Amino acid sequence: METVRLPLAAWIDALVGWLESTFGPLFDGISSAVVFLIQGLNNIFQLFPWWLLLLLVVALCWYLAGWKLAVGSAAGLLLIANLGFWSAFLLTLSLVLISSLLCFIIGIPIGIWSGKNERVHAVVFPILDFMQTLPSFVYLLPAMAFFGIGLMPAAFATIVFAMPPVIRLTDLGIRQVPAQLVEAARAFGSSPMQMLFKVQLPLAMPTMMAGMNQTIMLSLSMVVIASLIGAGGLGDGVTRALSRLETGMGFEYGIAVVILAMILDRITQRLGDRFQIQDKGR
Amino acid sequence: MNLTEQREEKTKLEPIIRVRRLTKIFGPHPERALDMLRQGKDKAEVLKVLGATVGVHEAEFDVYPGEIFVIMGLSGSGKSTLLRCLNRLIEPTEGEIWIGGQEITRLDDKALRHLRQKRISMVFQQFALFPHRTVLDNVAYGLEVQGVPRSERRARSMQALALVGLAGWEDKLPGQLSGGMQQRVGLARALCTDPDILLMDEAFSALDPLIREEMQDELLNLQSSMKKTIVFITHDLNEALKLGDRIALMLDGRIVQIGTPEEIVANPANDYVARFVRGVDMTKVLTARDVMKKPEPVITPKDGPRVALKQMRSSGISSIFVVERNRRLLGLLTAEAAYEATVKGERDIMARLSHEFERVSPDVPVEDILPVVANAKAPIAVIDEQEHLLGVIVRGSVLEALAAKGGEGFGNGSAAAGGVD
Repeated sequence: METVRLPLAAWIDALVGWLESTFGPLFDGISSAVVFLIQGLNNIFQLFPWWLLLLLVVALCWYLAGWKLAVGSAAGLLLIANLGFWSAFLLTLSLVLISSLLCFIIGIPIGIWSGKNERVHAVVFPILDFMQTLPSFVYLLPAMAFFGIGLMPAAFATIVFAMPPVIRLTDLGIRQVPAQLVEAARAFGSSPMQMLFKVQLPLAMPTMMAGMNQTIMLSLSMVVIASLIGAGGLGDGVTRALSRLETGMGFEYGIAVVILAMILDRITQRLGDRFQIQDKGR
Repeated sequence: MNLTEQREEKTKLEPIIRVRRLTKIFGPHPERALDMLRQGKDKAEVLKVLGATVGVHEAEFDVYPGEIFVIMGLSGSGKSTLLRCLNRLIEPTEGEIWIGGQEITRLDDKALRHLRQKRISMVFQQFALFPHRTVLDNVAYGLEVQGVPRSERRARSMQALALVGLAGWEDKLPGQLSGGMQQRVGLARALCTDPDILLMDEAFSALDPLIREEMQDELLNLQSSMKKTIVFITHDLNEALKLGDRIALMLDGRIVQIGTPEEIVANPANDYVARFVRGVDMTKVLTARDVMKKPEPVITPKDGPRVALKQMRSSGISSIFVVERNRRLLGLLTAEAAYEATVKGERDIMARLSHEFERVSPDVPVEDILPVVANAKAPIAVIDEQEHLLGVIVRGSVLEALAAKGGEGFGNGSAAAGGVD
């Protein structure tokens, strides 16, 4: 039987083209704002002598998690500096932090809305499933179509790829707040905003922090992939090593990424624990 | 003032809560469910045909200021739904709810929040304290929502905590407190906004029996000074009888009987109520007033010992109470004392009066009178606060009253049930 092959690719191209031509100026505006943020943060980091920044990170680790993490992060950061990856490291860090921040700014309100409203939940969650199962490389294509090559498409692909966990776990956190506490808050005449900020968000916070941690980790992994479309930073080294088959160099950059990942992961976990402690009284 | 007078007094007051034809239907097609109910179909049929659950069906009652109104029923009888309609945590499907002259089913969100903030507060079965807030911040929650400044909030919350006996615990988290203490915090949180009405949803049911009794006593104690209007939900008859000025019994979403504890126990409106009260210990329900006899005969000081002896002989008693004209109790004259007076030719009996007899107030439960009666040599005097003699209790009268109330109650119960069915 002869079937007509659906021209899905043509449709998607048409859609992307339409979006690009219709919202082009808007994309340009967003693009310059995001690039400004990433470059700005990177420039601020570059102002510090490397050892001072290293000391600040180590101090933060010490304060949050004790001497073990402090020693580990000091060793890891010294290695990165020694290998000569410091400025690539800072650019990757800036890209991860700004992308994650934008994920939170967009994702948390969506998560709250979806946590409170069944219809929104029913629309949002299938989209999240789609976003999380689509191979990550595919995001690079519309990113390039909208924004060309450089920091902005890298940030765009990263944000789209890394956003689902923070939405999912914010939604979950809001839903996990015991119904009787929501009822009690209503019984005392709370407005919806008071309910959100005095009861739901504080109680959802530990779960939300887990989502934010995952989002940061995902954005780090995407930032490496996004070096294919000009993200720069540590990922660049990995792609270069890949194209030249330089295993040793690939691992050097790879290990630097792992060090950054571990430091970010431990710090955000500890921040999450701080919210957890208040809840332990139960 | 005696109880019946108090009750009459109460009915002269305007009710603070007035509920009329209140119906709540959960699930699909509430309008069609209402139609079916109007045609006389019952709850089971509505569920079968429409898949809708009738939570409350045409509930009607009034609650008067300062009263503890207990709504009692088994789980699934609709009592919690009914309670939640009073502050619209659950939206009624039909009917009217008047709170202090305001029809609240029509209030907009803002007015409803105001009602919940200022006039009605609530205590929950599982306490429902906010685990992330300290005890003080839990108690202050209602004021915080109202936008009361921090310092005033703190002062008023500390007061409320002191009231429930938890001064000094303000900086703890709820998780660090025992169940009984947590519910004290729940009570303090509800009292802190100084509402007119307290809704208590099985407030003591999650506590173990000893703590539960302690909390009941404490609530009655607080209530004697606060005079809030309390609507209290329970499935425990003993709790209902202990706390309730009046009790409404619910079955399958309907209120089947409203009355004082004595009325409910003595005259159950139908079989359901009768089954409920069958196991009740009458000595906990009846009070001195219910078992006392008329204080006859009595004598006054101007009567001499001979009159006294004659009265005792004709009534077959061995002692007689002496009262003033206005019935203020002066003392007890025994037959021996009167006889001695006649022998010595004394006219005045006042010097011969005995004061060695028990006195009780009319509201003391029979439970507490029984041991006294068992050991008493003389009759027990039932007196009011001004020492007026209201009645006397002897051993026989207690047993008689217990037997009569019990038998009569169950007899009426089955007769009424037969009539209803």
